[in-house]
Amino acid sequence: MDAEITLHVDGRERTFTVDTRTTLLDALRDRLGNTSPKKGCDHGQCGACTVLVEGRRINSCLALAVAHDGATLTTAAGLADETDLHPMQRAFLDQDGFQCGYCTPGQICSAVGMLQEANAGHPSAVSTGDGPTGTPLNDEEIRERMSGNLCRCGAYVNIVAAINQAQQAAPQVRQES
Amino acid sequence: MTVQHTGTAGQDLERIDGVAKVRGLAPYAYEHQVDNPLYLHPLQATISRGRIETIDTTQAQAAPGVVAVMTHLDAPRLAGTDDAELAILQSPAVGFRGQFIGAVLAETPEAARAAAALVRVEYTEEPHEAELRADRDDLYAPEQVNAGFPTDTRDGDPESAIAAAQVVVDQTYTTPFEHNNPMEPHTTVAQWVGDELVLHDSTQGVHPVRQTLAPVFGIAPEKIRVIAPNVGGGFGSKGVPHAHVVLTAMAAQRSNGRPVKYALTRQQMFFLAGYRTPTIQHVRLGADASGQLSGIIHDVIEQTSRIKEFAEQTAVPARMMYAAENRATSHRVAKLDVPVPSWMRAPGECPGMFGPEVAMDELAEACGIDPIELRVLNEPDIDPESGKPFASRHLVECLREGARRFGWADRDPQPRSRLVDGWYTGTGVASSTYPARRQTGNTARIRHDRAGRYSVQIGAVDIGTGAWTALTQIAAEALGCNAADIDLQIGDTDFPVATVAGGSTGTTSWGAAIIAAAQAFRDRHGDQPAVGAHAEGEAGENPAAQEYALHSFGAQFAEVQVHADTGEIRVSRMLGVFSAGRIINPRTARSQFLGGMTMGLGMALHENSVMDPRFGMIVNHDFAEYHIPTNADVRDMEAVWLDEVDEHAGKLGARGIGEIGIVGAAAAIANAAYHATGIRVRDLPLTADRFLA
Ligand code: FES
Ligand code: FES
Repeated sequence: MDAEITLHVDGRERTFTVDTRTTLLDALRDRLGNTSPKKGCDHGQCGACTVLVEGRRINSCLALAVAHDGATLTTAAGLADETDLHPMQRAFLDQDGFQCGYCTPGQICSAVGMLQEANAGHPSAVSTGDGPTGTPLNDEEIRERMSGNLCRCGAYVNIVAAINQAQQAAPQVRQES
Repeated sequence: MTVQHTGTAGQDLERIDGVAKVRGLAPYAYEHQVDNPLYLHPLQATISRGRIETIDTTQAQAAPGVVAVMTHLDAPRLAGTDDAELAILQSPAVGFRGQFIGAVLAETPEAARAAAALVRVEYTEEPHEAELRADRDDLYAPEQVNAGFPTDTRDGDPESAIAAAQVVVDQTYTTPFEHNNPMEPHTTVAQWVGDELVLHDSTQGVHPVRQTLAPVFGIAPEKIRVIAPNVGGGFGSKGVPHAHVVLTAMAAQRSNGRPVKYALTRQQMFFLAGYRTPTIQHVRLGADASGQLSGIIHDVIEQTSRIKEFAEQTAVPARMMYAAENRATSHRVAKLDVPVPSWMRAPGECPGMFGPEVAMDELAEACGIDPIELRVLNEPDIDPESGKPFASRHLVECLREGARRFGWADRDPQPRSRLVDGWYTGTGVASSTYPARRQTGNTARIRHDRAGRYSVQIGAVDIGTGAWTALTQIAAEALGCNAADIDLQIGDTDFPVATVAGGSTGTTSWGAAIIAAAQAFRDRHGDQPAVGAHAEGEAGENPAAQEYALHSFGAQFAEVQVHADTGEIRVSRMLGVFSAGRIINPRTARSQFLGGMTMGLGMALHENSVMDPRFGMIVNHDFAEYHIPTNADVRDMEAVWLDEVDEHAGKLGARGIGEIGIVGAAAAIANAAYHATGIRVRDLPLTADRFLA
């Protein structure tokens, strides 16, 4: 069965027809030609497909496209305008936070979404109180919160360094609850 | 006065492919825009051995969106069927569970997948065997082992030496069945354009793919073009083309010229893309009371697939690592009804340095000496195997430098004596080594495109190693210009021939060709070349390899915490110190060393493909159950190297760094876990249950 949906992807409105079985990830990659989000497992187990939906990070392989009709999506290709890089992307380059680059757009979207979650006061499994530990986040918090994004090249040391650079370059003011 | 050029070899240069990669705009195999593609979903065998009796595709053929269903009954006949892994759909025989038995081609991936589920297959099953055990009576000695090494070696009389030794370690160690699992799944996009086959393939070597496929399809290699500018990791599993490349190219013969796209699912990769064989390693060491080795025996048992032999060279490092007059090594292989094993990062050295390096730790304890001192004591003057001098052997410096940085001097050797907040803490060390080989058969082409700008072409592939950057730097140095003046072009068989990105040979082998091309270019065109001037250069063998044994060395240090009540194990610190010749780019090199160590951490703690021998089934065939390290598993980890140029490793002076980072890492962690808990685990991975004695 097909359905017509509209997605706002990286600032562009796209209306198109999809098979209702199509995941958001496949809609982006196969239908819209946006291959910035990657497919590493198609089962929500690796994070390579991470995109921001209304600013929140999700595994786009676990979402059905039709369930997101009208949604606003940001992929790593749309984090900054074409001539610029998002501070998180700059930090991944500076810290060599990748090797093959296949997990990287997902890592970067995830990191951006993750800092927003921390900024909104969400605790993680390693937080000692009701909110995140440390302003900016300490390494243990970063590692925990980024553990949904696998990197087989093993760039984790540099990914943590990159997120540190990015959060220090653009310090987020923690909301008081 | 010498001009200092920017970005040349040895300098810290940001990845030149990096901006595209952080945006996700660098195209991997699946992502090249092709017109009007069809999508493939395979049919896979659901038995481990036997034959297909009937295969009913009626319903699938009639399903919406389906263009073709292909089985052994109607698939194109292959011209070359010598390689049984690649000779798919040529007969009803099934060699292992998960083997390709057909494919559905459809207008969308969803339609292909849904239709594949409608195919009904009936089999006659034959008894299968899928369990590797040391007591099998059908173990055999292969003619040779991977990379052309002899199966067995023997010097002196190690049995007698060990029988007479004052101190003996005689233990069996095992390493598990492991899967490479690069993040980018194996992917092929195939299109026949007339009698030419064009492949966008996720591979470690474009020319090797065409060379392998040409006889399979009975066409000249020049009729196959393989394109792979960006590859999302391989770790050996994309070193040789696996059956999916053949399947996709065959399907493209049924698509009326339309391109066919196929990316393996993560689950399919566990059956169809190679893996590391499990090993059972019997290690015997004999030494005098001071720790001086007199005998080393390393006997390895491993598996291969019944349909195709891949015999890993696991015992090879024991042949050259330590001085002992009497040494023997052997490999025995079981042919099982299992998927075809292949290369996985440092085949041979990686598992082969686990048993012996844990055994060395056991010997050090038995002799009452420090494990670093034991290794220093047994340092050979020349390569024990070949009798040649080492071109460069700085193992002792690596161990000493690591000890200094890691704080080894303060270590109390007593195991199970540091309990803090419920965690036992310990530290361990192991040696690392990897051979430095140069592959012949590489050519590079250099052209002066416009004033001061050079294009450099070679069919090399960057699988994440940093080849885009390192080869640019090598070209800049060789031509005497800035890195920014080089337009590197790689990953395409339209460029001059190149060997595989494997065996830690890429940068050195391709780099040698680029240096030769630059030399030819300058010889012919001088320092003021005309626009359009060009030259090719080919790299021959490294003549020094005749006279010297060329190996890299390293020292791995680990600190481990094991929870006293739950057995939970964490690696709190890791340090690697490596001697690998000249480092072309310190930034990307550090990443590669750390990446190898991280994969070694996975080998130590997590990785284990579980075979259910009743069904020949790899039961944990996804990332939910086959665990690789996550971000939270890696804490304080650092890699450093000795500042050196190996004058015997060719003009570049480098020895290759892709694999040494994983070698010895698991042994260092296992040794640290023993120091923490007093429990000696000889079987990987080191799961919590092992520490609940
Ligand atoms: S592809 Fe979505 S989590 Fe792996
Ligand atoms: S950079 Fe290769 S998987 Fe992360």
